[in-house]
Amino acid sequence: MRRFARRHPIWTAILALIAAVLLWLIFAIWPKGLSDAIGSKKIFLNALFNGITLGGLYFLVASGFTLIFGLMRNVNLAHGTLYLFGGYVGFYTASLTGSWLLAFPVTFIVVGFCGIVLQFLVFRRMEGQDLRQTLVTIGLSIVFADLMLWAFGGDFYNINPPEWLSGPLKTFLVTGVKRDGTLIFLKYPMVRLVIFAAAVVLGVAMWLALNRTRIGMMIRAGVDDRDMLSATGTRIQVIFVGVFAFGAGLAGIAGVVGGTFQSIAPGEDTRFLLASLVVVIVGGMGSIPGAALGALLIGLAEQFGSVYFPTYAVVLTFLIMVLVLAFRPQGLMGKA
Amino acid sequence: MVTLDRTSTDETARRSWLERIPPTYWVVGVLLLILPAFVSPFIMFQIMGWSLILGLIALSLTFLGGYGGMVSLAQMTFAGFAGYLLAILGDSAVDTISQGWPWWAVIPLALLLTVLFATAVGWLAVRTEGIYTIVITLAIAAAFFYFTRQNYEIFNGFQGFNSVLPPHLFGVDWRGPVAFYYLALFWAAAGYFSVLYLSRAPFGLALQGVRDNPRRMAALGYNVTAHRVAAYAFAGLIAAVGGILLTWQSSQISPGTVGIQPAIDILVIAVVGGLGHPIGAFIGAIIYVLLKTFATDVLVSLGLSGERFQLLIGLGFLLIVFFSTDGLLGLWRRFRENLNKDPLTGKDRGRMP
Repeated sequence: MRRFARRHPIWTAILALIAAVLLWLIFAIWPKGLSDAIGSKKIFLNALFNGITLGGLYFLVASGFTLIFGLMRNVNLAHGTLYLFGGYVGFYTASLTGSWLLAFPVTFIVVGFCGIVLQFLVFRRMEGQDLRQTLVTIGLSIVFADLMLWAFGGDFYNINPPEWLSGPLKTFLVTGVKRDGTLIFLKYPMVRLVIFAAAVVLGVAMWLALNRTRIGMMIRAGVDDRDMLSATGTRIQVIFVGVFAFGAGLAGIAGVVGGTFQSIAPGEDTRFLLASLVVVIVGGMGSIPGAALGALLIGLAEQFGSVYFPTYAVVLTFLIMVLVLAFRPQGLMGKA
Repeated sequence: MVTLDRTSTDETARRSWLERIPPTYWVVGVLLLILPAFVSPFIMFQIMGWSLILGLIALSLTFLGGYGGMVSLAQMTFAGFAGYLLAILGDSAVDTISQGWPWWAVIPLALLLTVLFATAVGWLAVRTEGIYTIVITLAIAAAFFYFTRQNYEIFNGFQGFNSVLPPHLFGVDWRGPVAFYYLALFWAAAGYFSVLYLSRAPFGLALQGVRDNPRRMAALGYNVTAHRVAAYAFAGLIAAVGGILLTWQSSQISPGTVGIQPAIDILVIAVVGGLGHPIGAFIGAIIYVLLKTFATDVLVSLGLSGERFQLLIGLGFLLIVFFSTDGLLGLWRRFRENLNKDPLTGKDRGRMP
């Protein structure tokens, strides 16, 4: 961070200014003129929280994608399909067992197993052939999207969180002042905050596992030179299968989260595939911190866009991507 | 390569150009020209017309992907952009937006602006490689789709434009089945031969060099980026012609035409046919259109619901890309090579089948 500040003093100043304005907007009680100009503080805070928690969901989907792509150069355009499938598995587990928490490990194992099958049947047979992998996974996603439509129908599925997580949480942030001088505090759905916290913990754990453990070291070595690593006696294919299963499992878990946040329906697979593609392009392919940054940016852009200029909210995310590509093709955190 | 082939080209050059056209071309050409005499208007307009148009759009992807090594999912977007310009600048039922300019101004302008758009997208896309190109062009296609769906001032939002009709020229209704068939056939043939010609011209050869080894081409003094962007521009032109014809054929243009699904369909068409030769795009298009038109009937007769059409397309696509690196053309080539091989020794039999 200090090096960044020394190398780009102007950018650092701009970023610090933005952060200061943001902090002021979050904590201060808004003067009347500001509320009149851009709407009440409650709307702003809700958009901010929605954006951040949506970013958490995007991070869950995109981190699996970026892990698989960055470490194995596997192009998995069926990632959105894994997400959707995870959502359905989670829904049936939760409604059959009645336990929302149980849906997560079950989905992780089931979808992770799908990932292993994919790795064995598809990616190992066409290692290094980007285009063929892309086409085959597009074909798979077309086929499985239709199979899932067949099996589960076109309905919306909602996964209900348990009692202790449903309902709003009263936060310490002030949205306004009543006539009589008492402060109004922001209320926010508990489940979204908990899931966001879980996403953050998972992200940090993933970063630590990659950078501080033996297996993480092997994975990074395998990325740099897989032949040399396998010559030292490491069973590299086992590692790759493991990483693929983990990434796929993450997509499945994200499906459960998405089903709790919003809903699961046909078409969500394409939406989340596109979202994770945009996230990893903005953040930089193969970088976990990049995926986090990109997910946060895209989530915020989507939510603020839909509040403040609803017509072109979807276009905004793509505009961010085009700008990043035009000025920094490797992504914000990507290696040149 | 070129010097080695010199003796044979000398010999073929002595024959007149008419004699040098391979017999397959004669057969296919004559068949296509006399087709209106013995098929119904529905087949001419809906099946053949549509196949030729989709083939033309897929051809632009074949050119980019096969000769330039850049797989773009934005080709349908370029086609749709041209169609939209046609509706906005020319005539349509939405006369609050449509300018109603004459066709001789609208069509060149639509082509020109589409080529500019394709050049801009190409400039953005060539900054990346391989999978990134696919992803970026997919994102551009998605952005254009959402933009047209949300924008009501220029693109008329969800509804789009209808009754976008071709002009009545020389007293011919160009939307009549026979006339439209010949129109589509003419432009499809023009696209096919121009891609074939360009692939053997210096530009096409340089482009193929760039595809195979960009660093070596850069070292030889070729401007890699310029070649790639120019390829996008040319592909954009082909797609624009296809888009104009597509808009006339369905007489409407709406966000549904430029959605993500049609963009992927174009990729499916081009890849199923094979990216190795321009004819692949048309083979893929005919198969796609036949499937799309008749799959429902076949599925219903097999006792399945007609909605499973997408499954059939997906499975076919999956099987072809899984077993062949170059679509149906690749399978055909392999089949011919196997025929030519002696089953016992595995050596060539020394004759072409």
